[in-house]
Amino acid sequence: MRRYVIKRLAQAAGVLWAAYTVSFLVLDYLPGDPVTAMASAGMDSGQVDPEQIAALRHEYGFDKPVLVQYAEYLGRAVRGDFGDSVATGRPVTSTLADALPQTLQLTGAALLLAVVLGGGLAVVATYTSKRWLRQLLLSLPPLGVSVPTFWVGLLLVEAFSFRLHWFPAFGNDGLRGLALPALTLAVPTGAQIAQVLAKSLLTALDQAYVETARAKGAGRWRVHLRHALRNASLPALTVIGLLVGQLIAGSVVVETVFSRDGLGRVTAAAVTAQDIPLVQGVVVFGALIFVTTNLVIDLVYPLLDPRIVVASDRRAGFA
Amino acid sequence: MTGTTTTPPGADENVTHTPQPLLEIRGLSVSYRTRGGAVAAVRGVDLEVWPGQVTAVVGESGSGKSTTAHAITRLLPGNGGIDAGTVRFGRHDLATLSEAELRTVRGARIGLVPQDPTVSLNPVKRIGEQVAEVLRIHGLATRRSAPAEAIAVLDRAGLPDAAVRARQYPHELSGGMRQRALIAIAIAAKPELIIADEPTSALDVTVQRVILDHLQRLTEESGTAVLLVTHDLGVAADRAQRLVVMSQGKVVEAGPTRDILADPRDEYTRHLLASAPSLTTPRPRTAVPAPKTDTAPLVEARNLVKEFRLPRTGDGPRTLRAVDDVSFTLHRGRTLALVGESGSGKSTTARLVLRLADATAGHVLFDGTDVTTARGTRARELRRRAQLVYQNPYASLDPRFSIGDVITEPLRAFKVGDRFSRLARARELLDRVALPAATLERRPAELSGGQRQRVAIARALALSPDLVVCDEPVSALDVSVQAQVLDLLAELQADTGVAYLFISHDLAVVRQIAHQVAVMRAGHVVETGPPEVLFTRPRHEYTRELLAAIPGGRVPSSAAEATTS
Repeated sequence: MRRYVIKRLAQAAGVLWAAYTVSFLVLDYLPGDPVTAMASAGMDSGQVDPEQIAALRHEYGFDKPVLVQYAEYLGRAVRGDFGDSVATGRPVTSTLADALPQTLQLTGAALLLAVVLGGGLAVVATYTSKRWLRQLLLSLPPLGVSVPTFWVGLLLVEAFSFRLHWFPAFGNDGLRGLALPALTLAVPTGAQIAQVLAKSLLTALDQAYVETARAKGAGRWRVHLRHALRNASLPALTVIGLLVGQLIAGSVVVETVFSRDGLGRVTAAAVTAQDIPLVQGVVVFGALIFVTTNLVIDLVYPLLDPRIVVASDRRAGFA
Repeated sequence: MTGTTTTPPGADENVTHTPQPLLEIRGLSVSYRTRGGAVAAVRGVDLEVWPGQVTAVVGESGSGKSTTAHAITRLLPGNGGIDAGTVRFGRHDLATLSEAELRTVRGARIGLVPQDPTVSLNPVKRIGEQVAEVLRIHGLATRRSAPAEAIAVLDRAGLPDAAVRARQYPHELSGGMRQRALIAIAIAAKPELIIADEPTSALDVTVQRVILDHLQRLTEESGTAVLLVTHDLGVAADRAQRLVVMSQGKVVEAGPTRDILADPRDEYTRHLLASAPSLTTPRPRTAVPAPKTDTAPLVEARNLVKEFRLPRTGDGPRTLRAVDDVSFTLHRGRTLALVGESGSGKSTTARLVLRLADATAGHVLFDGTDVTTARGTRARELRRRAQLVYQNPYASLDPRFSIGDVITEPLRAFKVGDRFSRLARARELLDRVALPAATLERRPAELSGGQRQRVAIARALALSPDLVVCDEPVSALDVSVQAQVLDLLAELQADTGVAYLFISHDLAVVRQIAHQVAVMRAGHVVETGPPEVLFTRPRHEYTRELLAAIPGGRVPSSAAEATTS
């Protein structure tokens, strides 16, 4: 078990490094110079003194070879220092740290809603013996996946804010403010969870152990929840790990639509302003969240499926 | 069990005092809804099970025997349903009982031992928990007492170290141990009837015998009746007082086991008896040619060793010797059978010969040349001359290919001929394996298991190989189909002079086809010899054990003779 955790941690570090490196290279090759952007942001679009630019370049180390820059930046990044935002001058790390709670609230709530709604839909759809109800419920997830997030957001705002006045249309105030954006973000995520879970529940219900359970005299709920669901939840869990990345990406759209502060809006602003240190910080930060979630999921896996740890060690099968 | 004295009245005895059958099925019809409409699986079946007796339902796949067994407690798949008939059990008609009432019967009064122990236990729950669940559902144990009682039941089911096993998960147990756990689940609530659906078909013969012995002892002690569903007439003959023979959804014959074996009245029963390899006296299908010891052997294995690495433990790296110092020779036109139970190394040995795996040590000589480390063109040349027929004809044919594509694939791979000559060859091969030429256009899914295995054989023969390795080629087939495929293999050998390396766990099958038999156990060849010697005068203890485990051995000899005459 310890070997397994160490192996996974090493993999996680590798992913973070790759995310940093790729984003560094991409940003380096993109047209648009951070110093020019910074200079034009600092002065009111007036003329920029070439000497000043050169000084700035020197100050930030942009006149050094790319590899040296990379090594220096990476060294600082490892210590948690991503430099200062070009647009605001604040350290990237604290900018992100300020935005993070809002986004964590949003994505956390969205994930919870997605699991509850998507999972509930899958369980009910596979449990019901009414054919029409099953068909109806199972047709919802593809719909949820295919409608665009911003449209769902606008629709919800129209219905629940402007007409019913139940929830505010924008802003960061408390739970009420969280409801609509979280729901918006939860729709595509929950739909995908429902799709995967319903499929694997149906597969699980076809397995021989389900028949064994029925032969014991177990009722349908017992068979469904205690036998089928636990087995079926494994593929769904893997999908949830992947969906966390989608949630973070989705927060860019949702925070913009609902004018919420958070990582998503920071990202949108940073990209617009070509704020390279900030963009890079966002990329690495997103990767960190993604990697952490998946690490947690991988560690939870063996608790749900006793076969996992054994399988991770096995190299060769035998005849 | 054959000597039980409390024989209930048969149909022809005069009835003075009639004990009630425990289970009485009358006119049971079951059908499955499919795309093409309803398919009748069971058509008007009558069947009784008497208290304290074993009744065996025997038939081939598709005979409706399993459907009948599952229909008793209405454990049918979602698209199956009972159309007509009654299933009287005690005071109830199970066919019309409400689902809630039925649940008080399932597990409590009727236990089920399912077919495949490897998939019939919930993989994410501990063994003890799964046994305790029956007791909890039927209120026979409290949350506190259930774990201890589950261990007691597991112990009764013959699982060694029951307390340890109860804390383990299914994947940590062998197939035989899992089947014992499933038997524990079936007997936990002390039911009056146990339905055992092919309970040992997925297990090795020696394990099969031990499990069936134990099940028999348990049910005798408690006076539990058993409905034993099996395709193996030998198992049925050994274990059951009464036989019910089913074919195409109908009961064709039923009665005391002795009577049916001695004097089968129905045409189909006679056919089934004649095909059962374990019941008939050996009928060699091979025209044994004079031993050709002077010619060079086609295949020679010298001291083959294959090791697999196992997961590390605290003691450092470990290895498993799957094949340990195995030597043999195989001549053209002859059949060498590798016999053994799962894990004996027989399949690995065959893979080494075919160069599908690398030997750790030792040599393989094919037609005089050392091919142990052959790569590239030489390995490809070997592929052309040595072909393989797999065990499972349902999985070894690409479902998207037409049969013509399947058979001509080796020809295409080796760029033999053009499209027309390849098709001509395919037609010729189909004719060889006794399939109509129209089969060329069909897809594997449209064929039966026996037909698919014929296609697999045709594919193996497409390049006119010198050697065909047959890995359990008839194990997945019904006995009557088995007989046909074995006949076909023998006939093809006589015509083409191909050599077979025949891998099987079934000694009864091997006896019919092999010229030479090598018995394998734990990677070693423990005994080699021609079948007529090996089967009559086995020298090694393990060979004797294997022979004793062949079901059907307990049949009175008169019955066995009657079937062959």
